[in-house]
Amino acid sequence: MDILVIHAFNGLLYASVLFLIAGGLSLIYGVMRIVNLAHGNLFAFGAYVTAWTVGSVFAGVHPGLLYLLLPAGALAAAAVGAILEPTLLRPLYRRAEEYQLLATFGLLMILEDVMRFLWGPYPLSGSTLFEKAGSVSIGGSRYPTYNLLVIGIGGLAALFLWAFVYKTRFGVVLRATSQDMRRASALGVNVNRVYVEAFTIGCFMAGLAGAIVVPSQSAVLGMGVDALVLAFVVVVIGGLGSLEGALVGALIVGVVREIGISVFPEIELAVLYLIAVIVLLVRPAGLFGRAA
Amino acid sequence: MSTFPVTLEVRSSVKPLAWAVPAALLLFALPHAIDPYQTILLAYGLVMAIAALGFNLLLGYTGLLSFGHSAYFGLGAYAVAFMVKYLHVQSLELLVLGAVVASLAVSALFGFVCVRYTRIFFSILTLALSQVLWSLAFKFFWVTGGSDGLRVPTPAVLGRLPDPAEDKILFLANAYYYYVLVLFLACVLVMWVIVNSPFGKALQAIRDNETRAEFVGIQIRRYRFVAFLVSGAFTGLAGALWVPLNGLTTPDILYWPFSGEIVFMSVLGGFRTFAGPIVGAVVFNYLKTSAVGFTVYWQALLGAILVFLVLALPAGIVGTFKHLLLWLRKRAFR
Repeated sequence: MDILVIHAFNGLLYASVLFLIAGGLSLIYGVMRIVNLAHGNLFAFGAYVTAWTVGSVFAGVHPGLLYLLLPAGALAAAAVGAILEPTLLRPLYRRAEEYQLLATFGLLMILEDVMRFLWGPYPLSGSTLFEKAGSVSIGGSRYPTYNLLVIGIGGLAALFLWAFVYKTRFGVVLRATSQDMRRASALGVNVNRVYVEAFTIGCFMAGLAGAIVVPSQSAVLGMGVDALVLAFVVVVIGGLGSLEGALVGALIVGVVREIGISVFPEIELAVLYLIAVIVLLVRPAGLFGRAA
Repeated sequence: MSTFPVTLEVRSSVKPLAWAVPAALLLFALPHAIDPYQTILLAYGLVMAIAALGFNLLLGYTGLLSFGHSAYFGLGAYAVAFMVKYLHVQSLELLVLGAVVASLAVSALFGFVCVRYTRIFFSILTLALSQVLWSLAFKFFWVTGGSDGLRVPTPAVLGRLPDPAEDKILFLANAYYYYVLVLFLACVLVMWVIVNSPFGKALQAIRDNETRAEFVGIQIRRYRFVAFLVSGAFTGLAGALWVPLNGLTTPDILYWPFSGEIVFMSVLGGFRTFAGPIVGAVVFNYLKTSAVGFTVYWQALLGAILVFLVLALPAGIVGTFKHLLLWLRKRAFR
């Protein structure tokens, strides 16, 4: 029984991180109709910044205070997003989709090397936070407390995002822009501002995902490229541009992966992709997507 | 789909030959003028050109951007490696044939799913499917060698078994280079016939206006599917020819950033032109090799070039060259 609970927690853990990454990707697509291939690199960037602040810059600080530094990666990724949108992406909105994909693919290559330049080719760890959190006992087995914290952050992020998009004035503007950019603009919405804000929030989420995974696993080069493909699986299952879809997709992928690792480890990734393909064949716009 | 102006050109059957024949003669003569290392580099470029040519049938002529062509390239490569390792096939002709058949089979399967979608969904779906193959190559290490990949020895070319005493570099720079060159020229010819055939024209009609094409009576999905098959077969052939050159196949060529490189090549050369992907592939190959030798941060360098291309030179090398020629001609006749 407790084994099942631990498996469930692991599935949720994975789903929390995936939701943050895929939710950001989906939010950006929903508002701006752009798929950012460099999104995974912002996740990696968040991981590197947090590992660097926690592991080297403030290494001697009291561990309780270190937890307050966890969002550093998210803020750094948001800052990068706020710079990228007006400079690189804005000239591309009127261009064909292939150019948008290509420009962000170029960005992916650049960001990968920026991280190599800043932090070197070796993995960067911020494991103090993971170790200091200790573990709790679940029906006789030990489980890392930090993992529960990650699940909590994932859940809170989903809640905040929901409240933000559906309960605030800015959320209304955001949804209006997403549904009909021209009309929103005609009604006096500053579309440029909404775009930069939406992109920044999306990058913040990716950065936060990186920040919360880095204490339990190191920041390495290539983690962004891996994460992006999984985020694609999530948004394809849930529907590109839908936050609810990202949540459900992340839960499905999290659970299937957890089952896969213990039951069919060889084809675990293949099964995930196949689920995505089946969903696309049955419901072309994803489980929660609007028809394209 | 694209927004930049496309110049209408008057096609005659003689004009392209004025470019193609000297280029082909140059490619035949070059190994005598440059050292073996440069020749092998050029052979890599020609192999990639076959892949980009196949890829561009989808992007340039059908308007579908595939981000999963690493699948067919990798499949061609792995099919050769498997046939060598498990079936002990030595003849390169058989290996190439097997690889093309294998990539045709998989592109039929993937194409069946993918051609139902266009635009961004097509790109994501092709990417996701290609990663299925990547993960299989990665995880079934007892069959595929995992991340170490599979070694492929020199195959028998035209029935002549490899001579163990022969220098491999010289073999690749001579016999193998010409083998690749002949197949490359055949591919260019076949692709030229395809894009100028009624079938090719129908693809371009679908690209330019799907609704109108359907009204004219073109069965869009079937045409896209056939284009997908041809595209996959060309890329698979490229993968098969690439393995003996590289001597090793690893999951890296199945990983999606490699698909990105194929896209990069076509855009670098200009995907709105026939010769663009060819020029792009050869130039990209030189560019990458020199960037890797020049700095550890070669990825950033290539990325910056790609961003620059997209923002400033969307027509690519060949497209820009064409615009320039047209402009010069207009000035001359004024």
